Amino acid sequence: MTEALSAPYILEYTYRRSTGPVIGRFLEGLRYEILEGVKTADGRVFCPPQEYDDTGAPTTGEFVVLRPTGVLKSWTWVAEPRPAHPRQTPFAFVIVQIDGTDSCITHILDAKDSKQLQTGMRVRVRWAAQKQGTIQDIECFEPSSPILPGPVHLNFNVEPGLHQSAYLRGFLEGKILGGKCQTTGKVYVPPRGASPVDGKPTEEYVELPHTGVLTTFTVVRFPFEGQKLTPPYCFGAIVLDGAGLPIYHLISGVPHDEIRMGMRVKAKWKPSDQWETSVENILYFEPSGEPDATFESYSEHL
Amino acid sequence: MRDIAIVAFSQLPSERRAAPREEAEMLQPIIAEALSQVGLTHDDVGFTVSGSSDYLIGRPFSFVYAVDGLKAWPPIRESHVEMDGAFALYEAWVRLLKGDIDVALVLAFGKGSLGPIPDIMNIQNDPYYVQPLGLDAISAAALQARALIDAGKATERDFADIAVRSRRDAMQNPNAQVKGEFDAKTILKDEPYISSPLRKSFCPPVTDGAAAVILASGDKARSLCKHPAFIRGIDHRVEAHSLGMRDLTSSPSTRLAGEPAGVGKGNVVVAELHAPFAHQEIILKEALGLDASVRINPSGGALAANSIMTAGLIRFGEAAARIMDGSAKRAVAHCTSGPCLQQNLVAVLEAE
Repeated sequence: MTEALSAPYILEYTYRRSTGPVIGRFLEGLRYEILEGVKTADGRVFCPPQEYDDTGAPTTGEFVVLRPTGVLKSWTWVAEPRPAHPRQTPFAFVIVQIDGTDSCITHILDAKDSKQLQTGMRVRVRWAAQKQGTIQDIECFEPSSPILPGPVHLNFNVEPGLHQSAYLRGFLEGKILGGKCQTTGKVYVPPRGASPVDGKPTEEYVELPHTGVLTTFTVVRFPFEGQKLTPPYCFGAIVLDGAGLPIYHLISGVPHDEIRMGMRVKAKWKPSDQWETSVENILYFEPSGEPDATFESYSEHL
Repeated sequence: MRDIAIVAFSQLPSERRAAPREEAEMLQPIIAEALSQVGLTHDDVGFTVSGSSDYLIGRPFSFVYAVDGLKAWPPIRESHVEMDGAFALYEAWVRLLKGDIDVALVLAFGKGSLGPIPDIMNIQNDPYYVQPLGLDAISAAALQARALIDAGKATERDFADIAVRSRRDAMQNPNAQVKGEFDAKTILKDEPYISSPLRKSFCPPVTDGAAAVILASGDKARSLCKHPAFIRGIDHRVEAHSLGMRDLTSSPSTRLAGEPAGVGKGNVVVAELHAPFAHQEIILKEALGLDASVRINPSGGALAANSIMTAGLIRFGEAAARIMDGSAKRAVAHCTSGPCLQQNLVAVLEAE
């Protein structure tokens, strides 16, 4: 059999499109940086305007001027644009609900990287420098942050009180101290100036072992303002052996998907020459290797 | 209403680049195969209808050339839809209801390898508001996938699990294209986004393919096939064209087609869902009310082979094949069309 031939081939349609009174008016408005929506018979506003609504009824022909701002409803980041894309540098396709409307517009958005993007964020229109009465008179959307910087900076002293001071001093010696409630005998960590049960100080100090059970935990994956650690990291509630309530600390030394309720843990301390009056002398709690505690043994702490 | 059943199904093996056959040449072998399955000849076919899109190879009226593969002289009753072959099957079903003929041949063909499919698909977008932006098919689907994640209905891990399952199932399907053992964690770790949150594994391959289905009515079907796959319900619905008018996280058109088709009226053993993108399977399952007991896409589905205009008819053929081989009593077949599951066709197939 002979080999079949193959050759490059270009298909073009050089159509011109008439726009009509609804779409045409909208596109003509863009030329003058006017963003309009059209009202439907049941009182909704569509932007971009449609000739018919989703029930099949003609829209009213009544136009509403809109602010060129809206909310990001969905987005996709195109890291490697194709030749047919409107830009050749990374950008996002977006679905945006213009403020004051009941439908959405599909367009593109310019951002430095995809980390800036989050569904629900505010965006605004960036108008094209050269306008031609097309949808591309909206050059793109861009993030809009109507958030003012509002820093507060005040200097204080912090005083932990007598019993917490004893607790923090304990860390200087590599000790974790608790205070025993005079009424219930339960050991509070840290010791308290007043037990919530009887209102009396938990003056009888008890040195606690550095092992305990992880009762519950959370893996933090979200960045936030003022965050000291880089996500992801795990915070857990640890009931030290003999303690009546948990302390909270980092859980590490174990993959996050292996962390579980009831896991036995032990404190991982900094080298003693770096010790201060701080709970940060403990770097984190890590698995001790002992068998898990039963749920009943710690359920009262949840 | 007249009993109408699928009695034969044939397909070309789905390939990234089929041997350089033109469309009539793709159809000839599968028509011959389908006819031979039931011992019929071209002359026994009362109505022939095909589904394809000229845009795929950029040649206007290309389906007309395919008619040459049908033995169309003396003139035959013939029709064409510029849609997936599953919609051609719908037309054949309607035609058979008229009662004057007993056998219909349904064809689908598509060569995705000859042009830039993601860009070609932009032609189906609104020419005033969207087409000028170059919204390719993958990015449109990615907007839907993002919305699904943001709505809390799915995770990227879910997408990866669907891709892994589809390709594993495809290993049992000699006609599937992308198959093998993959690892969800590796996909999530190593595959970059094409259009986030879609990675290559969450998208369909580019495929050349063709398929043929024969429908027959009542006793004719029973005489041709031991276990005809009777079409007990079939319906299709379409949603608004503009993505901005729709809730992309659900598929009311699938739900509204599935209800009159009778999906919920009995136990569904197997469902062949036309979900070219992994996340769309999640939306379709919810819309059709299919629970975890339903075997989804044992063929590997469109993630394993997505010949455009053909993959939907193949879903019907694969679902019917489960009934014809006696392994299932009741199956759901589905086909989608348009951006982000705009239009959906649902059928319930049953053994007698």
